[in-house]
Amino acid sequence: MKQDCLPSGAVRFDRVTKSFAQHGGPRLLRERVGDLLAPSHARRIEVLKDASFDLAPGESLGLVGPNGAGKSTLLNLATGLLEPDSGTIEVGGRVGALLELGAGFHYDLTGAENLRIQAALMGLSRRDMERKFDEIVEFSGVREFIHQPLRTYSQGMNLRLAFSVAVCASPDVLLIDEMIGAGDQVFKDASHRKIQEMRRAGHTILLASHSEELLASLCDRALWLERGRVMMLGTAREVLEAYRASRRPRNRA
Amino acid sequence: MSTPARRPRRRWTGDYLYLFENLILKDFRVRYRTMSLGVLWSLINPLVMMGVLTFIFGRVFGGDRPPLFPVFVLCGLVPYNFFTLAFLSGTLSIVDNAALVKRVPVPREIVPVVAVLSHVVHLLIQIALLIVFALAFGLRPSEAWLWLPVVWIFYIIFICGLSLGASALNVYVRDTRYLVESFNMILFYLVPIFYSFSIIPARYARIYQFNPVAAMVLATRNILLDGKAPPTSLISNLIVAAAFTTGLGLLIFSQLKSRFYEHI
Repeated sequence: MKQDCLPSGAVRFDRVTKSFAQHGGPRLLRERVGDLLAPSHARRIEVLKDASFDLAPGESLGLVGPNGAGKSTLLNLATGLLEPDSGTIEVGGRVGALLELGAGFHYDLTGAENLRIQAALMGLSRRDMERKFDEIVEFSGVREFIHQPLRTYSQGMNLRLAFSVAVCASPDVLLIDEMIGAGDQVFKDASHRKIQEMRRAGHTILLASHSEELLASLCDRALWLERGRVMMLGTAREVLEAYRASRRPRNRA
Repeated sequence: MSTPARRPRRRWTGDYLYLFENLILKDFRVRYRTMSLGVLWSLINPLVMMGVLTFIFGRVFGGDRPPLFPVFVLCGLVPYNFFTLAFLSGTLSIVDNAALVKRVPVPREIVPVVAVLSHVVHLLIQIALLIVFALAFGLRPSEAWLWLPVVWIFYIIFICGLSLGASALNVYVRDTRYLVESFNMILFYLVPIFYSFSIIPARYARIYQFNPVAAMVLATRNILLDGKAPPTSLISNLIVAAAFTTGLGLLIFSQLKSRFYEHI
């Protein structure tokens, strides 16, 4: 099989499996030495098993499933933060990820300083950033506080800043993990509009969320994950319906 | 356009220069904005150490001491201080920057290198202090001073290499941090900071010959105090150390980096 470069905005997962070693937190020297002397075959948990899907440029895919289903792992794999154990992942073009509220922000630095760091991390050049800086600040709606340290910001302002820089960087593929749920109604509406706008402009979007309303309004297709297995892949409507139906009896139990 | 690849390696594409600049400034700002005396600490710390060492080894122990003793001591302290601070920050960098490592797909090698380079701003202030002292004690600038940036560049590369390896190991074995701290402490005595290389008995000289930090101290003294270019043996020591640690550091790092995510 020949692998060509995917067009910008396309995403392909081909039988992707990822497991994590089951152990907790940092390890000390004595445990390491113990492992060397008596290798214990630490159990590995498969957090994603044989996941395959194809996204054409401009499509939007919603990820549904309970906590621990593998949604975030899938997004991390797509971002390139994780390497799969087996299977292949291809992503065409530049990826922008909104995986965690203000990850990488530093609370002693000002909003403007944090924006520049974030933009540089996303791969923007100095020239791009200087051109887009005002647009980002404008969209974030925190202009009057932009030169204040981030610790004076509310959670919501923080979120706006993170969201603004991610979308204004205009990635070919935008990955969003469960975050626009946190803002107030004004921000929710603004971010919805922005995502819709990006969708129409032909950006590919992968969105993990527990809000079915959000998924239904923003996604063409949906992928239902459960304990790392793909349960269903189809149009957002049918998948959400099936997912909802499967939840109902269990809620009562 | 169609370059067939077995495993398409996903590369971060972006403006490396802009990224380095932003990350180095970030570390620097974070470090100094939380101190009320800010950058002044860069000056106070070596001055206090210089004062103490000059007093103890110049007055209390007395005896023969090298000429221009305060400058002599400072020539030892600046490279030693830079080494300990940069090496420790470098070692801790991957674990300390977990948010970045787990959330942004930039090449991980950048993280320890930035941690080391962020101390360079602080270093430049200390080198300026050293030069001011050298001038105040009547030393005159010479062409040999042009060797300073050369030796410092190799020295910084050497520390980046060490930090690459140690930062990766520290993810898996958190004790690495304590090994580095103890090592730094022992190093204070194994580098001729308050004594000169000439008093070392010949049979122990080997310990010093292979020590790049000692080489750096001696080279700095050659340049500033003697106004001479450092001998080839010192320069080759620094170049070999830089090449060796960078090679080994990159090797260790590349072997371990794929599982950083799971371990931090």
